[in-house]
Amino acid sequence: MEVKDIKIKGIPHEEFNDNEYLEKYVEELRANGVGIVTGVLDDMINWGRSNSMWPLTFATSCCGIEFMSVGAARFDFARFGFEVTRNSPRQADVIVVAGTIVDKMAPILKRLYDQMAEPKYVIAMGSCAISGGPFCNSYCVVNGVDKIIPVDVFVPGCPPKPEALLYGMMQLQRKVKVERFMFKDKKKQDK
Amino acid sequence: MEAIKQLILATAPEAVLEEKAHLTVTVAPDDLRALATALKNDPASRFDFLIQLTGVDEGENFSVIYFMTSTDDMTRQLVVKTYTTDRENPVLPTVSDIWGTALLNEREVFGFLGIRFIGHPDMRHLFLTERWKGYPLRKDYDASREANPVDVTSYPMSDHSETWVKGKDGIQHEKIQLFEEDDYVLNIGPQHPATHGVLHFRTALDGEIIKKIDVNCGYIHRGIEKLSEGLTYPQILHFTDRLDYLSAHINRHALCICVEKAAGIEVTDRTEVIRTIMDELTRITSHLLSWATMCMDMGALTAFIYGMRDREKIMDIFEETTGGRLIQNYNVIGGVMADLHPDFQRKVKAFIPYMREKLKEYHQLYTGNVIAVNRMIGVGVLSKETAISYAVSGPVGRASGLSCDLRKIMPYSAYGKVEFKEIVRHEGDCMARYLNRLDEIEESLHILEQLIDAIPEGEYCVKTKPIIRLPEGEYFQRVEAARGEFGVYIQSRGDKTPWRLKFRSPSMALVSVMDTICRGAKVADLVTIGGSMDYVIPDIDR
Repeated sequence: MEVKDIKIKGIPHEEFNDNEYLEKYVEELRANGVGIVTGVLDDMINWGRSNSMWPLTFATSCCGIEFMSVGAARFDFARFGFEVTRNSPRQADVIVVAGTIVDKMAPILKRLYDQMAEPKYVIAMGSCAISGGPFCNSYCVVNGVDKIIPVDVFVPGCPPKPEALLYGMMQLQRKVKVERFMFKDKKKQDK
Repeated sequence: MEAIKQLILATAPEAVLEEKAHLTVTVAPDDLRALATALKNDPASRFDFLIQLTGVDEGENFSVIYFMTSTDDMTRQLVVKTYTTDRENPVLPTVSDIWGTALLNEREVFGFLGIRFIGHPDMRHLFLTERWKGYPLRKDYDASREANPVDVTSYPMSDHSETWVKGKDGIQHEKIQLFEEDDYVLNIGPQHPATHGVLHFRTALDGEIIKKIDVNCGYIHRGIEKLSEGLTYPQILHFTDRLDYLSAHINRHALCICVEKAAGIEVTDRTEVIRTIMDELTRITSHLLSWATMCMDMGALTAFIYGMRDREKIMDIFEETTGGRLIQNYNVIGGVMADLHPDFQRKVKAFIPYMREKLKEYHQLYTGNVIAVNRMIGVGVLSKETAISYAVSGPVGRASGLSCDLRKIMPYSAYGKVEFKEIVRHEGDCMARYLNRLDEIEESLHILEQLIDAIPEGEYCVKTKPIIRLPEGEYFQRVEAARGEFGVYIQSRGDKTPWRLKFRSPSMALVSVMDTICRGAKVADLVTIGGSMDYVIPDIDR
């Protein structure tokens, strides 16, 4: 089966910045081939999943307010499928780490991530979540959440503009679109 | 002031009085409690409002500095200093039974410097965990990550606290149980939307009634005060925006005034007016967000959407001039970073009538709602005495009948030139706090109206030296942030970096009264009360 180009409704493919890694992945899939039935099923599931990514209500500091702005009327991430924020990690698909993570918070973030159901994604929003930001020299700040949990998309800024966060969320949607779920484990065994 | 001096010398004859920016009294630790009681109760002084207490590492020993003022006359200020005699095992008597402010502040000093307060009923770390090695604000602290590596293991929280009392054979250590054996303890937070951030309440319940709240802070403690000790003054500025990010501009304004006063930098009238306008715009955004989230907590999601919608109007105005939306980084020492955008005045002028219209809509939408009224009137009553004891200020303090608007009492920047009302209510319940915020938006609009056409011509920023050194001394500046009194304390030793820098956070006072006012309320009211208090957690934890 021919693997389709990645397309999401919000922004055309060419307008995204780093397309190389996704294009490379699609090429790889094309070279290896994808099963007809499972490929179609995957496409269908991914279409649904990428358009209903529900974020967890999780914010520690300033970025949380911008995250709220993105959820509110003007920017409204519900337009792109991030319908509502969920207060329980069990109902969330993506955790937007908005704000500094300090030592005391680190075990809680890890636990929240562990409580989320697979498949789950992480967006590191703002320079604090990426590297510790202005507080990177502090005695109790975790220098980047990627030290604790795996991160899918980094959104730089202090705090990032709502448009930047929307862009980052769409990058995540594209990443989800190209994932292969069906017989993923079997494939790993073959290798 | 003469009467106060006599009172001090009568109670503590060995006290050293110094006339600095504020009257400073240095007193031996043994005389501290007697002096504190006298200062609070004597009608001549009546220092019943302890703004903050701060610990400083002086090198050989530690000193603790108490800033106090009187609710009779908020301009009357006094600084009391005491010191420990021992560096290895420092102890001081507590003042937590005299001023409620000391309850959390002394715990903070204990966590930062290791000073144990004898008689304090709950001597635990406030921000750091019990396993933390070392005391961060000591100058010989090992700040490397090897000493305290990141640990993602979840440890159970202790249900015990400690207290130190003076017994027959020296200072004794006693264990205290936080909750009773058969208490049902509900954990609210740190990841809970109604705590407005990462605050953790351990709530003991009797059925639906709250028996006790144990507040746990520190989930966003970033060590700003320690970081500041290694940075120059212009470099520290950006931290202030990230403390209470909803009044980012006002916090930065406070530090700028403090440094400017100390370094003798005169700013132009244009700067003063621009700063005041920006302060008031910030206050409106903060109150709007507070209104929006409080209503959302009580179930009105529409209110959240409306509040955020109107907030975006100001965000646009900010963005044009400063380049930032939430965090503007606009004030610099000596002025502001950039001149106003040509469209600024027009947009602010268009915003004022728009907002007035919307305020009416808010009242129609929510204030008269029968559910809202039932959930807010008579709920979470904060008495004036408690507010004073815990140094609660801002809209919350004013809702309890405490007149504490620093814009009125000690006008700074252009506040002396404008006319506005101080909103004071006496009910002290959630409704009063809620209405106070909406009325303050109205007053802020009134201030904007007076200033927007009267921006003087001139430089927006004066030239300052590339390296700013403050003369040796102590500087303290108080301003009225959106949540109450925000203070900056700088102790300089003539260097380009501060020896000790402390931010007085208004939210800390708000959180410290939560236990008192929530007792006896229903657990669902906790959400309403929390929403009406409107604390910002990074401001508490710093």
